[in-house]
Amino acid sequence: MRILVVEDDLEAQHYLVNGLKEAGHVVDDAADGETGLTLALSRPYDVAIIDRMLPKMDGLSLVSEMREQGNSIPVLFLSALSDVDDRVKGLKAGGDDYLPKPYAFVELLARLDALMRRRQPSAVKTRLQVGDLELDLLTRTARRNGTAIDLQPREFRLLEYLMRHAGQVVTRTMLLESVWEYHFDPQTNVIDVHISRLRAKIDKGFDLPLLHTVRGAGYMIRARA
Amino acid sequence: MLFAVSAAATVAFTYWNTKRALDAQTNQIIEAEITGLSEQYQRQGLQGLTEVIIGRSVRGGPDLYLLTDSRKRAIAGNLDGWPAVRSHDDDFVEFNYQRRNGDTMEIRRARGRVFGLAGGFQLLVARDIHERYETEHLFTTTLPWTFALMLMLGLVGGALISRNILARLDSINRTSSEIIAGDLSRRVPVTRRGDEFDELAGNLNRMLDRIERLMKGMREVTEAVAHDLRTPLNRLRNRLEGTLKQLDPNSQETAGIDAAVAETDRLIATFNSLLLIAETEAGVVRETMTLVDLTAVADGVAELYAPLAEEKNLTLSTSLGRGAVIEGNQNLLSQALANLIDNAIKYTPSGGRITVSVAETANGIELAVADTGPGIPEKDRERVLGRFVRLEESRNPPGTGLGLSLVAAVARLHGAKFTLGDNHPGLRASLLFSSGGSRTNAPRHAAEAASKAPGTFASNS
Repeated sequence: MRILVVEDDLEAQHYLVNGLKEAGHVVDDAADGETGLTLALSRPYDVAIIDRMLPKMDGLSLVSEMREQGNSIPVLFLSALSDVDDRVKGLKAGGDDYLPKPYAFVELLARLDALMRRRQPSAVKTRLQVGDLELDLLTRTARRNGTAIDLQPREFRLLEYLMRHAGQVVTRTMLLESVWEYHFDPQTNVIDVHISRLRAKIDKGFDLPLLHTVRGAGYMIRARA
Repeated sequence: MLFAVSAAATVAFTYWNTKRALDAQTNQIIEAEITGLSEQYQRQGLQGLTEVIIGRSVRGGPDLYLLTDSRKRAIAGNLDGWPAVRSHDDDFVEFNYQRRNGDTMEIRRARGRVFGLAGGFQLLVARDIHERYETEHLFTTTLPWTFALMLMLGLVGGALISRNILARLDSINRTSSEIIAGDLSRRVPVTRRGDEFDELAGNLNRMLDRIERLMKGMREVTEAVAHDLRTPLNRLRNRLEGTLKQLDPNSQETAGIDAAVAETDRLIATFNSLLLIAETEAGVVRETMTLVDLTAVADGVAELYAPLAEEKNLTLSTSLGRGAVIEGNQNLLSQALANLIDNAIKYTPSGGRITVSVAETANGIELAVADTGPGIPEKDRERVLGRFVRLEESRNPPGTGLGLSLVAAVARLHGAKFTLGDNHPGLRASLLFSSGGSRTNAPRHAAEAASKAPGTFASNS
């Protein structure tokens, strides 16, 4: 992917840029809002990572301006400000996702992937499939290797989200936000318990485990070991 | 009204006294006349009396005489006939009589006394009191009018004054309510009259200026602290992660750094909680109050924690009344409830039960989490709301020690009463929201804000 990073804290910027390059992306960077705007409007990017607090032009104004100029690339906001009110402000200004600092790099990567996915136009799916696990989105049923699996509505949604991001890391925060629509941080890992239950239902008794735990990051559903 | 009544009483008293004094005066005069006449009668008999009376009668003036025989036939005097007497008052009588005044006969008022003589003869000695009578009459007729007028003036004047005062007080009260509800930019209106109310308004406004400055300062400090502390925390975490990447995942160094990352995350969580509590207490969150369905919130959070409760062999059940809607911040309310349920799960031993309830009571809507754990002793209930307070200091359980502090701050923000009570056995933590919130003045961003955020993520392609 071609990524634009606009972050004024140079050390954080370098870390971010290096990390992204290591992950195989092409990265441009800017350290203030005006330069960021110029770059965003003049070069093609797949996604932009923009810090809220920037010199010369702050992140919100930058994105508003981009939108006004017809630029609709996905934007991930980074912010050291509290995320109680500011998330809403960020989204209103035209951002697509919002990651408060400090963040885990894997979280950032996972969200970038998700943003990119969203970007790709695809026909509305009625079925999802990973390996021999099938999800029928119309009847809201699941089968593995032909055997029907009984899932609670929430478990179904959890599995659906994982399968829509098959092959990608999905962090606990992402799950909390998307499957439960919560924007707070539960102290205990409640998500883990939901996942282990789901795993018991879809992996137990089958020879190939599909639901994997990615150490330090989150979970992933994948047909490879 | 008080004024009118007391004034009227004074006037009536004065009138009454005056009348009595004047009556007494007239009586005295008449008595004197009678004494004189009775002396004449005793010295010169009926004949002499008659002559004196005739003499006095032609004098004119206010004195009136009438001497009659036993059959009330006039013998002498200047009255035409025995008058129709009315009131009796110690043998004093008041009556009307006729007097010629030029060509007309006018009716006038007199006061007199009847004196009985030997042989049934009667002597009436009276005095014309017409002027006085008229004055009295005027007085008694106008008095009720005067009283009514005074009463009316008193009432109207009082009403005007109190209405003015009430209006001034009301404007101060209204502005204060709006300010309390969160709009700190409002100020109490000050007129140019320079009276005590203006002074009060001026003082209130100066206080508000100060508060607004403090809140703005607080907000700036919070943001600065957020930025200044979060940036190094971010870097710390980034460095640790960067180092992890260079290590063999199975080495001891990796385990060590993993632990360091975990500690860093705990530090970050504590920091975020503290910041959230500070902001909630400062009320900076007021702008994003929306309509929140507490039943839905309770249902969602309980469902999130249900598997965890089951893991620990606890029963988590809900008892939810329908349609309990309040104005608030959905996120903070979810977080507060999550903290309470999390605590319940943490401290209730295996086999216990936890109940989450939303119910409409007489005092408002109550959201409660009750468990069958050890509960919190009464003496500690105040203390645990403080930051970082934990009851079992030695064990160091997971978490930041800020859970209840946040719940208390969220309760305060929503004007709700947070109570830690006894569940017999166990703890019953409850939040009581007053219905028909006092937050109706706060700006609303109803469906707009609430739907944009989750909607963005839920629609995955």
